Amino acid sequence: MIAAIVSVGVLGALLGVIIGVVAKAFAVEVDERIEGVGDLLPGANCGGCGYAGCADFAKAVVGETATPDQCPVCSAEDISNIAGYLGIVAEEKEKMVAVVRCSGNASNTVRSLYNGVRDCRSAVLVAGGAKGCDYGCLGFGSCADACPFGAIEIRDALAIVHPELCVGCENCVAVCPKNLIVMVPASVDVHVYCNSPEKGAAKRKVCKTACIACRKCVKASGEEDHMLVDGFLVKTNYDNPPPTDLVEASACPTTALRLASKHAAGGYEGVSK
Amino acid sequence: MSDTENTPTIQMPDPAKLIVSNSPHIHSGQNIPKIMFTVVAALMPACIAAVLFFGLAAIEVLLLCTVSCVVIEEGWNKLVKRHPTWKDGSAIITGILLGMNLNAGTPWWVCILGGFLAIILGKQLYGGLGYNPFNPVLVARVGLLIGFPEIMTTWDKPELGLMKIDAMTAATPLGLAPGETFFSDVLLGNIGGCLGETSAIALLIGGVILLAFKLIKWEVPLAFLGSVFVITGIAHVVSPETVHSPFIHIFTGGLLLGAFFMATDMVTSPMTRKGALIFGLGCGVITSVIRLWGSYPEGVSFAILFMNALTPLIDRATIKKPFGYIAPAKGEAA
Amino acid sequence: MSDKPRKFKGGVHPNDSKALSATKPIQEAPLLESYKVIMHQNIGGPPELVVKKGDTVKKGDLLAKASGFVSVPLHAPTSGTIKAIDKCAGPTGIHVPAIEITADGEDEWGEAFAPIADWKNTDPATLKQRVWDAGIVGMGGAGFPCHVKLSPPEGKTIDTLILNGAECEPYLTADHRIMLEQAEEVVLGAAILARILGLKTAIIGIENNKPDAIAKLNEVAGKYNVRVQGLPVNYPQGAEKQLIYAITGREVSPGKLPMDVHCVVQNVASAAAVAGAVIKGRPSIERITTVTGKPVVQPGNWKFRIGTPISKALELVGGVSEQPAKLLLGGPMMGIAQNSLDVTVMKNTSGILLISADEVSFYTSEPCIRCGRCVECCPMSILPATISQAVENKRFDWAEELNVMNCIECGSCSYVCPSHRPLNQHFKRAKIEIQAQLRKKK
Repeated sequence: MIAAIVSVGVLGALLGVIIGVVAKAFAVEVDERIEGVGDLLPGANCGGCGYAGCADFAKAVVGETATPDQCPVCSAEDISNIAGYLGIVAEEKEKMVAVVRCSGNASNTVRSLYNGVRDCRSAVLVAGGAKGCDYGCLGFGSCADACPFGAIEIRDALAIVHPELCVGCENCVAVCPKNLIVMVPASVDVHVYCNSPEKGAAKRKVCKTACIACRKCVKASGEEDHMLVDGFLVKTNYDNPPPTDLVEASACPTTALRLASKHAAGGYEGVSK
Repeated sequence: MSDTENTPTIQMPDPAKLIVSNSPHIHSGQNIPKIMFTVVAALMPACIAAVLFFGLAAIEVLLLCTVSCVVIEEGWNKLVKRHPTWKDGSAIITGILLGMNLNAGTPWWVCILGGFLAIILGKQLYGGLGYNPFNPVLVARVGLLIGFPEIMTTWDKPELGLMKIDAMTAATPLGLAPGETFFSDVLLGNIGGCLGETSAIALLIGGVILLAFKLIKWEVPLAFLGSVFVITGIAHVVSPETVHSPFIHIFTGGLLLGAFFMATDMVTSPMTRKGALIFGLGCGVITSVIRLWGSYPEGVSFAILFMNALTPLIDRATIKKPFGYIAPAKGEAA
Repeated sequence: MSDKPRKFKGGVHPNDSKALSATKPIQEAPLLESYKVIMHQNIGGPPELVVKKGDTVKKGDLLAKASGFVSVPLHAPTSGTIKAIDKCAGPTGIHVPAIEITADGEDEWGEAFAPIADWKNTDPATLKQRVWDAGIVGMGGAGFPCHVKLSPPEGKTIDTLILNGAECEPYLTADHRIMLEQAEEVVLGAAILARILGLKTAIIGIENNKPDAIAKLNEVAGKYNVRVQGLPVNYPQGAEKQLIYAITGREVSPGKLPMDVHCVVQNVASAAAVAGAVIKGRPSIERITTVTGKPVVQPGNWKFRIGTPISKALELVGGVSEQPAKLLLGGPMMGIAQNSLDVTVMKNTSGILLISADEVSFYTSEPCIRCGRCVECCPMSILPATISQAVENKRFDWAEELNVMNCIECGSCSYVCPSHRPLNQHFKRAKIEIQAQLRKKK
């Protein structure tokens, strides 16, 4: 018994010493600032910066191949903290959020019966996703799956971004087979939730909430070019964004013009005409 | 399309009711319940034989196991909010096979515990049907064997007739000395053992049903039984006093049950034909080794479980050469 | 090259249901008031429009010209005026540009091509140009431009021309009827194609379930030094790679073309179209299409002009007796499901098929039970079960490693899967993702 305790104890001590020596002898020099920057980063490893996770990005920032503002998740304050830690000057950056440019949920659009894989990128291979509108959201949630922050909700077969949860990592943008997701400044709340370039009549046939380019919103914004007309589609001018009361003032007949916050809260459900 | 004026009687398809899906648009009609209930039917001869030899106690064990497996599976589905799966029939098979791996005198709580081990530990914890690496029945059997060795290795003496009241115990023929077992008893099932280990003929009928409906790959039972036959045959020739004849080896214990019903479980055996052959061979070799030299009289369960663990490797090693594939050695990137 | 065809590994035997329309002679569809010719009917580049709204055209006039080598021209199906160039429901469910022609009822030919009666002494390059000018594509389903296959690149030699008359898809009988009723054209087309390729002979492969077609073609085949080869009945016998293997024993490697094993495969309907283009100077403006299915009142084989709406085609067969579950362009194994009756007949529409609710396959997301049926029947010897799991986990790299690019999307695996898994859709997705990845790398 005693022999066993002693022998195991000696063995343990011996191994401990060896490990200690090896760790010292073969230690890799690490810039401790990398860890410091890493601690200031969000740690979500979303990949939005283009690097393989936060640690990789921290290394790049310390090595000055990247700047702190490349992290889409960090707030302005976080970035200035990192810049302050490294003693560099941070650039001002505007917070961006994703918008799914479609308001055609199951209740408002024509869809045919689809049977197959419940994933947008697979579904789009079958009859273009089996939605009456060729351009609309398929609602199988490939973007929601790609979002590491749970900011996209699928409600009534429509992907809806919650702007307050979105950090702007852009993971959802590339997965949408209909290219519906764009990044917009978080400060802008007024968006056109339609992306179909078809004629108004054709759109109305398949969707109650399509933008029919009636230009009421353009007129409501008066002299200011808050809204831009592009063919049969109106778009928000993000360089000269409209005030939130434009939605109220323009009385969009199809409710395609929406406030992102109200849209996320379900404020437009059941109001289409 | 304003075309209904001239031909008002023609009925046209309603586009709104047309389903769109990827090709193909027709199906062979095969489905999981059909497969599973054919397996259940194939198990029936052996069940009947078990009841004939072990009486009502056999029915009790079989029913108890089946019901507990189905109930536990549905309970689990409720708990983890999955849709009910009893209709696919896999829990029923697990239940019947579990019953066949127990003996007639097994206490009721052991049956239920076995059902729990099979369904929860053997299947659902891995994600349910299709995801379990080990045969659920054998997980339960081995679990019980280790936990309750006495209950699991005390076998009722078979007696023809349904109304058997007093159970007598008997040893498995593999535990007896060579020469004490009569071949006709082995074939008909007049031997001690688990419910599913009695009648070789009933098991063979079931096996033929499975093969006829192409529900199992013939490579598995052939390689399994063949390798056991060859290895025990050689051992028998070398030492006839200590080793049973290979015929006894094949027709007793859980070998037939294992070779036809458990090693062939689709989920836990290789998908390719070549893989099935390797799998069956491995099962046979391990079974023979345990029987001849191991401390347990029976090794089928361990053999199959061990080979289950190797299944992913076998599958990987036996990937077929794709059509027209040219080896990269010729300078072609595959 | 032996006379005995080889049997490829795998395959399935669905109920062929060809009896519904196999004995029905080809009928010519009456002239309609208007046609909508879909612009992009071929694999490769879409053609360039040469007409505008309001133009009057004669039958066979050019509507759009080839935009490149892998592109084919489009011709007017009848005489009339161009009513509109607008979007119309396309076969893939997305709206596509189409040329709408209002027929003037005259159905008058325009300046057709000059017939080349003496094709035997005509320069192969001229013949090939004619095939291209006539806008002929693979009429079996893929719609690959015919002339491209006839133009092997420098250094690749062709020694075998195979005409595909297998028609292994259940229900379809269009090719069967063509071989019976236009045997002469098919064989003549084969001989012309052989001349373009510099070959003396051609082989027509036909599944043995069409003995009348084999007999009929044998009657005329000798005249043009063409051989008819019966093939075992096994789906997908008509797949290019399987057909080449059955007839020559050569295997086309993954990612390679029939040209790489010195073969060219053309559909029998395309061959008949080639004969029409050369001998009669007719462009590709009509085709034989089977309209069939259990819900169809009078299944049959019809000669439709390109641009005929499906709704009109269904009127000709007396409509349906019950609401079908699916409307397909093509056969039940590889056809494309439609959700609109406004889609029009294209050059590669071999069938308009209605599937009733009792035979339609319904996909579920049940787990794979690893039964291995798909592995057994895969004619390309890949592992459908494992690949589908890789795709479900978005492991496209793994799917590629498992040779998903080898998949010919024949659908045999989905057909036999007891879990009714949408295997084929998974593979299609994987192929697209892998190709996108490749493009990104470049």
